[in-house]
Amino acid sequence: MRHTLSVLVENQPGVLTRVAGLFARRGYNIESLAVGETHDHSVSCMTIIAGGDDLVIEQVVKQLGKLIDVIEIKDISQVEYVDREMALIKVKAGPSVRSEIMQIVDVFRARIVDIGHETLIIKCTGDEGKIRAIEKSLRPFGILELVRTGEIAMVRGPKYGDA
Amino acid sequence: MKFTGAEIIIKAFEHEGVDVVFGYPGGQILPFYDKLYDSSIRHILVRHEQGAAHAAEGYARATGKPGVCIATSGPGATNLVTGIANAYMDSIPIIALTGQVPTSKIGSDAFQEADITGITLPIVKHSYLVRDVNTLAGIVRSAFHIATTGRPGPVLIDLPNNISTATAEFEYPPPVALRGYRLPGEIDPNLIYQAAKAIGEAKKPVIYSGGGVISSGASDELRELAERAQIPVTTTLLGKGAFPETHPLSLGMLGMHGTKYANYAISYSDLIIAIGARFDDRITGRLDTFAPHAKVIHIDIDPAEIGKNVRVHYPLNGDVKAVLKELLLRLEEPEDQEWLKQVKAWKAENPLTYTMIDGVIKPQYVVEQICDLTGGNGIVTTEVGQNQMWAAQYYRTLAPRTFISSGGLGTMGFGLPAAIGAQVGCPDKLVFDIAGDGSIQMNSQELATAVAYNLPIKVAILNNGYLGMVRQWQELMWNRRYSQTDLNVGTPDFVKLAEAYGALGLRATRPEEVRPVLEQAIATPKPVVIDFLVAREENVFPFVPPGEPLTKMVGG
Repeated sequence: MRHTLSVLVENQPGVLTRVAGLFARRGYNIESLAVGETHDHSVSCMTIIAGGDDLVIEQVVKQLGKLIDVIEIKDISQVEYVDREMALIKVKAGPSVRSEIMQIVDVFRARIVDIGHETLIIKCTGDEGKIRAIEKSLRPFGILELVRTGEIAMVRGPKYGDA
Repeated sequence: MKFTGAEIIIKAFEHEGVDVVFGYPGGQILPFYDKLYDSSIRHILVRHEQGAAHAAEGYARATGKPGVCIATSGPGATNLVTGIANAYMDSIPIIALTGQVPTSKIGSDAFQEADITGITLPIVKHSYLVRDVNTLAGIVRSAFHIATTGRPGPVLIDLPNNISTATAEFEYPPPVALRGYRLPGEIDPNLIYQAAKAIGEAKKPVIYSGGGVISSGASDELRELAERAQIPVTTTLLGKGAFPETHPLSLGMLGMHGTKYANYAISYSDLIIAIGARFDDRITGRLDTFAPHAKVIHIDIDPAEIGKNVRVHYPLNGDVKAVLKELLLRLEEPEDQEWLKQVKAWKAENPLTYTMIDGVIKPQYVVEQICDLTGGNGIVTTEVGQNQMWAAQYYRTLAPRTFISSGGLGTMGFGLPAAIGAQVGCPDKLVFDIAGDGSIQMNSQELATAVAYNLPIKVAILNNGYLGMVRQWQELMWNRRYSQTDLNVGTPDFVKLAEAYGALGLRATRPEEVRPVLEQAIATPKPVVIDFLVAREENVFPFVPPGEPLTKMVGG
């Protein structure tokens, strides 16, 4: 099962290596990892999507908790949360198919952020399902490049843990 | 007044009560060594950096204080790696200080540059690459705090050359609040109550105690628990000394080379009280057949160990000593004595045995004689392999911090430098390294260190001319195909080797020589190497083959 872990870490060099290294060394699986500074500039937030049964996830959380640079770990899978990721998709788009592609972009509330001679770059944000869906819709036109940010997540309502 | 980074390190060490360090100088760590020259901190110059790391660990394990090892950048630092890994696996507090190329050169493949913080990432409790001399005092403070609290472990400080010469004000900071470093809080009284009740209701309880009892200093509490509730106690290799092995309730060591009675007791018990131990594979044997009828109380300071390998019914996450104190307040004593009778019967029927043969020294006999002559008042370190298991089986340890062996990592070459560290920390104790002819050659250069500082350690080599444990596995599981385990050709004359270093070399080739030679060694106030030519193909029994249940013991 997929678990979404929201991990607050010290915003310092080497911290990402420690976290990623722990996953590698203990044989845990990272499906997605996104990291960035929080409103407190000394703290970064990592959103880690990890696969594994409950025992594995329990170990992941406990072992992460032992890293000195990890300040707080929340497995938010069981609570209501908002998650988003962004994808940039470069798709083949000759004049004959452009309008069709633009319709798809509208349906997914994505945006065209660059128009080339024979290509379009589309930016799409949403949860993982939506990204997968737009990818599937665009595939027949020929996807030339695709990059994704990885998922970031936030618990709904008051600050998680405070309520 | 401003101080250089090197001076700050030394001042910080002094604040931490460090009076001795183990190390080896080199280019990038030179600024530190220059300041050390004027310092009152004693420096033990080893002959290989691996020796420094193991000696720091031996010191820490014998004294209970953190050990410090020092090396230069690049190869100096990488030579520490095995020792750091060893301390990590056995949860021993050491501080490793390494020189590093100047910050401006980091990443340029400069001469003697190695990314030691990167290399050691999976084997340290924490590490620091110092980038600003103003943070240095705080880093040293945090390093000692992290190494010695919670589940202890190694912390590495990588010190670039320019940081050690840069200057800053020195003020030793108050204990640092590390927001990401959590120590277990107060334990829920309800959990204690439930565990105490489970003990009271158990019909077949057994205590399985590990190194955590020793690092927590909880031997007295362990003993009170065992005696009040009349529960037999088995210890791990790292737990040896936590409970006196001459005690009627002691079952000795359990696991792959444990006593039959310890393995029976754990296998047939209905309640395992695991204290500061981690259900390692050498303890449990095949996991799905381990103690099938037992509920488990697990007391450990590391929450990640609870439930990692076996299902735990009563998790007690906290410092072993603190938890045991709470538990003792509520202890319910079981009344049923049937189990104890059964355990004692197993003990009487299945003692550790070996057969003496005329004219042949049995290695077990040598260990027994060392045990007898030291009266259990010395400190024993071991190398790794058969020598280690015979030492564990036949050296009856009476007190904590007197049996020092490489458990988790199983590092050949650990025993001699560890003995040096132990002797430096405990100058009045008789320190023996029980060694094999293979292991001793992995760090025999440290004989020079022992001689240089006149550390009167005794190295007892159980010399069978084989990598004995590997040979034993080849005999029992690989059809006697002794691939690359015969060391006879090329092994030095250990008596001459000792003499070459300026130590005393002795040899025993017959059983009747064992005791006199040991007596002579003990009476000699300098390092002694004793070459015991022992039965070549003696095996360590009992033996639970890997992947088998604990009840399936071979031999003995």
